[in-house]
Amino acid sequence: MTAKFISIMCYILLAPFLGGLLEGLDRKISARMQGRVGPPILQPFYDLVKLTKKQFIIVDRSQHFLLLSYMALMIFTGCMFFGGTDLLMCFFVLSTAAVFLYFAAVITSSPYTTIGGQRELLQDMAYEPALLLTAVGFYLVTGSFNVDTIIHTPYSLIAKLPGFFFAFVFILTIKMRKSPFDESASHHAHQELVKGITTEMGGRNLALYNVTEWYETVLMLGVVALFIINENPWSYLAAVLVILLVYFFEILVDNTCARVKTTTMVKMTWIVTLLSAGVNFLVLMLVH
Amino acid sequence: MPVIPFLIIFPLVMAGLMFCVRVNKVRNAIAYVGAVVIMIAVGVLIVGWAAGGYRPIELYVHTEIADKVILCAELLLMVQVTFLSFKYKKYWVSILSIVPTLAIAWLELFGPEMQEISHIYIDHLSILMCIIIGVIGSLIVVYAVGYMHGYQHYHTNIGDRRYYFFMVLFAFLGAMFGFVLSDSLLWIDLFWEATSVCSFLLIGYTREPEAIKNSFRALWMNLLGGTALAIGIIYFALTHGTVSLHDMVALGAARPGEVMIPVALIAFAALTKAAQLPFSTWLLGAMVAPTPSSALLHSATMVKAGIYILFRLAPAMSGTTTGIMISFIGGFTFLAASIMAIAQSDGKKVLAMSTISNLGLMVACAGVGRPETIWAGVFLMIFHAISKSLLFQDVGATENSIHSRDIENMHGLLYRLPRLAIFMFIGIAGMFLAPFGMLISKWAALKASVDENNILLVFFIVFGSATTSFYWTKWLGKIIASTNEAPAKDITKRNEMISITIHGVLMIALCVLFPILSKVYVGPLLREMFAISEQTLPTGTLDLLIVLVVFVFAVPFFAYLYSKKIRANKKLSYMSGINTGKNHAFTGSMGQNEKLVLSNYYFKNICGIRKLMLPSQLITAAVITVMMIFIVGGAL
Repeated sequence: MTAKFISIMCYILLAPFLGGLLEGLDRKISARMQGRVGPPILQPFYDLVKLTKKQFIIVDRSQHFLLLSYMALMIFTGCMFFGGTDLLMCFFVLSTAAVFLYFAAVITSSPYTTIGGQRELLQDMAYEPALLLTAVGFYLVTGSFNVDTIIHTPYSLIAKLPGFFFAFVFILTIKMRKSPFDESASHHAHQELVKGITTEMGGRNLALYNVTEWYETVLMLGVVALFIINENPWSYLAAVLVILLVYFFEILVDNTCARVKTTTMVKMTWIVTLLSAGVNFLVLMLVH
Repeated sequence: MPVIPFLIIFPLVMAGLMFCVRVNKVRNAIAYVGAVVIMIAVGVLIVGWAAGGYRPIELYVHTEIADKVILCAELLLMVQVTFLSFKYKKYWVSILSIVPTLAIAWLELFGPEMQEISHIYIDHLSILMCIIIGVIGSLIVVYAVGYMHGYQHYHTNIGDRRYYFFMVLFAFLGAMFGFVLSDSLLWIDLFWEATSVCSFLLIGYTREPEAIKNSFRALWMNLLGGTALAIGIIYFALTHGTVSLHDMVALGAARPGEVMIPVALIAFAALTKAAQLPFSTWLLGAMVAPTPSSALLHSATMVKAGIYILFRLAPAMSGTTTGIMISFIGGFTFLAASIMAIAQSDGKKVLAMSTISNLGLMVACAGVGRPETIWAGVFLMIFHAISKSLLFQDVGATENSIHSRDIENMHGLLYRLPRLAIFMFIGIAGMFLAPFGMLISKWAALKASVDENNILLVFFIVFGSATTSFYWTKWLGKIIASTNEAPAKDITKRNEMISITIHGVLMIALCVLFPILSKVYVGPLLREMFAISEQTLPTGTLDLLIVLVVFVFAVPFFAYLYSKKIRANKKLSYMSGINTGKNHAFTGSMGQNEKLVLSNYYFKNICGIRKLMLPSQLITAAVITVMMIFIVGGAL
């Protein structure tokens, strides 16, 4: 019980720092890949502080409470996950959180955020099957949706779930808003929608959004770790390595791929999900 | 219990009264009284059943007179259908009524001696159905009184036949009560045909060419199901010498091979009634009728009859070829209909598509036939009944006020028609947001289909769940988007609003209370059905759900209170510097003001009905044909 409590508190307190650090690292590595020096690693935190100090400008009053709800639900999802509860339920709550982000975007009736919001919905639709199937994959092998049970297996589950792992990493590109799937909002300065769903978020609202993204990144990487962690304590170290590798892979993809059309994104993601998770599923069924 | 025949006969008497009384005010008053009496009668039924310790009750073993009445009613329906088919020159439809009716009549009059059975059976499932029919159905009647008044006022080209409309509404409720309370398959057959004919009459209410065309489509599809049902009943009666539905299910659960054919035929009939692919088009065509009839068909009656009978058959279908067929059709319909719903911008069409889609999930749950999936299915059914009834009534009222039911025209509805928009929001959110209705049911359905190694169903559910969220969320976004348009005049009548409000309250109550409902009602229901004792959902999950429910309500509420106090500087939205100053227009290239129009994604060319309906119908029709041949061939 105390262990769970500690892990939840760690998530609430440390996840933003970890997420911010990873983003700093991301910017640095991306810059190096592009032949630039890049900002300092702590730049995301400087930005955040600056954002909170700015004048609070809004287009629609309700946006703030919707973003707050988005963040609260995201943190709640993370707590469920790191508290070792039901993974499938976690993903369902995550999709509810995503709905609040969509509301925060479209409530302004601004053209750029509205299109961004619509694309965000499409992204949600593209990645949701793979996300749910990830939970199904774990259930298939361990007989439980509980994160607690999933991490207490004698071997790393990636051995049995490579297809599910691949599908998950594929949609991670969408979740982390990386090119070629950064349709709704991009961290690069070159998107046709100005800043997509975040166009009308200023000052503290944007800060809220950024922190929530960090929480989400840590949660998603936590799911990556689920594939690796087992009863052996050393597996945690392996999980960290795999996470870093996956993150580096996402940065590489981000810097080498051009953005695709939204419909192409949905098609690609669904086909990959169907094929890799589907084949893995079939094999597992036959072996059992 | 005299309340049971009362529940079946009273709505029929009301129907007669509705037909005879031609003074609108008097008839409306009688309709209100009738609706309230039905609700009270359902209450009395529950109390009577509860007094017996919530145990299943079997009643009415000797019913010679009633049997004769039922047979006469059946022949009367046949005459009615034949008359209308000839009147509108759809001669062949009458065959689908004449043949099964005469066959059933032959069985009853000249067939072998049947075992004595109780004709009425009451348990948790039938009581639940009675509550849905009694409460939702009666509320729809209340709503209809106000709606039809406005409807006839605006549609002057349509003859005022409200006496007829209300007659059919009440007759429908009576038939549904009879259907869910009967255990004798012969009685079930009559009420089945009665609901088919009632829906046919409702759809054809306006007597316009399209309405007549659609009503006959609904009729022949449902009569086809009725024919399958009749064949199933006769086969079962001839081979086993009884016409008890419970005997059939009990036999099927113990030795599935013996009742394979009748179960498959009845399940097939249920597919037509539940508007599953390839028979979904009748429900889509039913939209030509006035809104209350859509609300009735989609929520409390008709389609739920199909689901009800599938739930009854579930123990007999579990693990059989029939079960696999049903779960495939259901899962496929869930996905295909939800994809087609994306392309609809007409509010009622989205609702219709989502009904078909959600029914698909329920059908799939019944097909898998495990306690978890029935748990999920029952909850889906309850949530769906309230939510759909609420949404149809709300969209109907909205259409009266803003003269459009297109979702694109609902931009900023929250500020233009706040009352209706809030209820619309509640209805939609209750349908799919975590942790309510849909999601928790999907959780259980996914778990069970993985347990069953039903890989196809798993994929149908995960993909269908993604597309379902997409079309609902974009609708919700449209409602809350800010607007500068002036508020519309809310001309919703008081009785319409009463019905909508009660639905809204029920919806919220259900969201908050469903973990309790699961424990005290659905749990016993499953124990009755499957003779098991364990709790279906692990208690940990239920506790988590309660926390979740509180959280999902509390967070936005407190966040809203907090954000009201914030001091902020309001600015215009970004339009590359050409915002004209009120957020609703921009400066065009010629210097003129262009109105800003925001639209949702629909992908009509990818997922429209025209693109997908025919292929999906072909696939499902092929699967049903092949599987039925296998089932019948394998059993013979």
